[in-house]
Amino acid sequence: MTTTNVEPPRQAGAVTPESRTRFTHRLFVARELSILIALAVLVTVTAVSNPRFLSAQSIRDILLGATILVVLAVGQTIIIITRNVDLSVGSLVGLVAFATGKLFLAAPDAPVVLAVAAGVALGAVCGAINGGLIAAARVPALVVTLGTLYVFRGVDFWWAQGQQINAADMPAGFLRLGTATVLGVPVLALVALAVLAAAGLYLRSYRSGRELYAIGSQPEAARLAGIGVGRRVFAAFVANGALAGLAGVLYAARFGTIDANAGTGLELQVIAAAVVGGVAIFGGSGTVWGAALGALLLTTISSSLAVLRINPFWQQAVVGALILAAIGLDRALAVRVAARLRERKARGN
Amino acid sequence: MTTVILVILAASVGVDGFASGRNWGFLLLDLAPIALIALPMTLIVVTGEIDLSVASILGLTSAVMGQLWVSNLPLELIVPLILLLGALLGAVNGLFVTRFALPSLAVTIGTLALYRGLAFVVLGDRAVADFPFSWTEAAISTIPGTPVPWVVVLVAVLAIGFGVLLHATPVGRALFAMGNNADAAAFSGISVGRTKFWLYVAAGVVSALAGVFWTLRYGSARADNGTGLELQVVAAVLLGGVSIFGGRGTLLGVLGGVLLLGTLRNALQLADVSADALTVVTGALLIVSVVGPNAVRMARQHLRRRSPALNPAKP
Repeated sequence: MTTTNVEPPRQAGAVTPESRTRFTHRLFVARELSILIALAVLVTVTAVSNPRFLSAQSIRDILLGATILVVLAVGQTIIIITRNVDLSVGSLVGLVAFATGKLFLAAPDAPVVLAVAAGVALGAVCGAINGGLIAAARVPALVVTLGTLYVFRGVDFWWAQGQQINAADMPAGFLRLGTATVLGVPVLALVALAVLAAAGLYLRSYRSGRELYAIGSQPEAARLAGIGVGRRVFAAFVANGALAGLAGVLYAARFGTIDANAGTGLELQVIAAAVVGGVAIFGGSGTVWGAALGALLLTTISSSLAVLRINPFWQQAVVGALILAAIGLDRALAVRVAARLRERKARGN
Repeated sequence: MTTVILVILAASVGVDGFASGRNWGFLLLDLAPIALIALPMTLIVVTGEIDLSVASILGLTSAVMGQLWVSNLPLELIVPLILLLGALLGAVNGLFVTRFALPSLAVTIGTLALYRGLAFVVLGDRAVADFPFSWTEAAISTIPGTPVPWVVVLVAVLAIGFGVLLHATPVGRALFAMGNNADAAAFSGISVGRTKFWLYVAAGVVSALAGVFWTLRYGSARADNGTGLELQVVAAVLLGGVSIFGGRGTLLGVLGGVLLLGTLRNALQLADVSADALTVVTGALLIVSVVGPNAVRMARQHLRRRSPALNPAKP
């Protein structure tokens, strides 16, 4: 909320750029490694208790389950990196999923590609509404997207009028998208991986991608450095909207049954995935890889609990505890980094 | 505030049954939990923080209340225990936000999931509904001779308490100060951490109180009681003119925001506008309430820049 709790490491001055890059790079790797280790421990414990947890079918199920969350977490990461947040994604997924169903009701022969394109376009338009309000009217993203959370969901309800779209209403070719595999890997997971790779490469290696980090670290400084902050933030929201649209289409393909409640509350899971994956809520740090691992970890937890015969009601509590642990860990790392950087500065390095 | 009065007047004239005492009674009962939680939430947002876990505290306290009642404890003992539990849950939030200096948005999203999850652990998908009639009746009873339920008195007393605290005491001034600039506030001798910690404790206690009320009003303790209420509370607070960045806002404005949301929804419901449109109205209202003032200010600045005669001091 306030800009005062920006962590000290960002202001670290006298370290040579090269050593600092290597150092922070190592740190990020360490952060993602910690999630990977948590994931590995979880999988090992579960697999020891029930070896079938590692069967191809079970792994496929987990990957399928994680897909939608991964796509959304990638989009949300792009937003959070710029020190914004998008609470409307759950409603957006519901709206696009329903629109996809409606499209197939109206034109049962529509090609799958058209459905995907339409969903992504609708999502991008909604994202543009968010981004336009935030960038042009200079209103905090939290407030605007809380508003559009209600608006998008309301439009969805109003459009649906209690109607439910069933798997039978959609062409088999589209539904197959939800279960099809290539060389044993679900197509949906491949889609998520492609999105992840593209976003990861963009944020790491492209100038405009790096500018998103600059905006999140210190919006004022970014403005003074000549970055078009408003334009970049707008573009980030459009991108996130398009990804949420894609997730909505995937949702329709995976579940087949859609009503106006689809995707309710998803926004908190998505933010949770990003935060668990080391994306700092105040912007400027984190990677889509981490967020995707976070999404995978959250999905695996719910599968593991079922396999370990733990009361499924524990799942949400575990997720909450995990979020607290993740931000606590980030804080501890940041404090250590600050200390290390001060030390180097004192040594005149 | 004028908007609220206008909406109430328009609704009384235009909507059949809106002005009836019975309707007002139900409207106020519906609004009571939101109004209660909005009070401490206002103070928290004024300091530039946020608490998204309030509805989950409501749910968890409701679930625990049901479980304790099933274990044959008397309600006279349960209620103080529940309020204590609320204080504890709030203290956990406060500890993370102040002691460990973590962003409140992330912390309370975490405890939102954690507390709601614990509520399900306590009660599962069961519901405890056999609370004594004398208690459930008391929760919805009205002040004799009026359609106003007693709970409104509770809200009013707490509102006056929080209002005086925010607007007429040094503590209140300190809240605004840390909302504007936490560092400057700390340097001027305000213990920012401790103050925020106690605000989260207060939010926990009031949310637990709302949980008790919710349980008795609907006569049912369930783990999913009040799901999503946090967004309605935040919407009401922002609608009431509190800045999400902290440092600005009044408690009266927030009560106006709660009332505006409630009356508008209620009037539209009675006018047979579908519930879906209501959701859109809630969201649109929230956006307009923040975009509106900004747009006006920017337009004004734009005009001023274009007519330099009005601004001779500019070099």
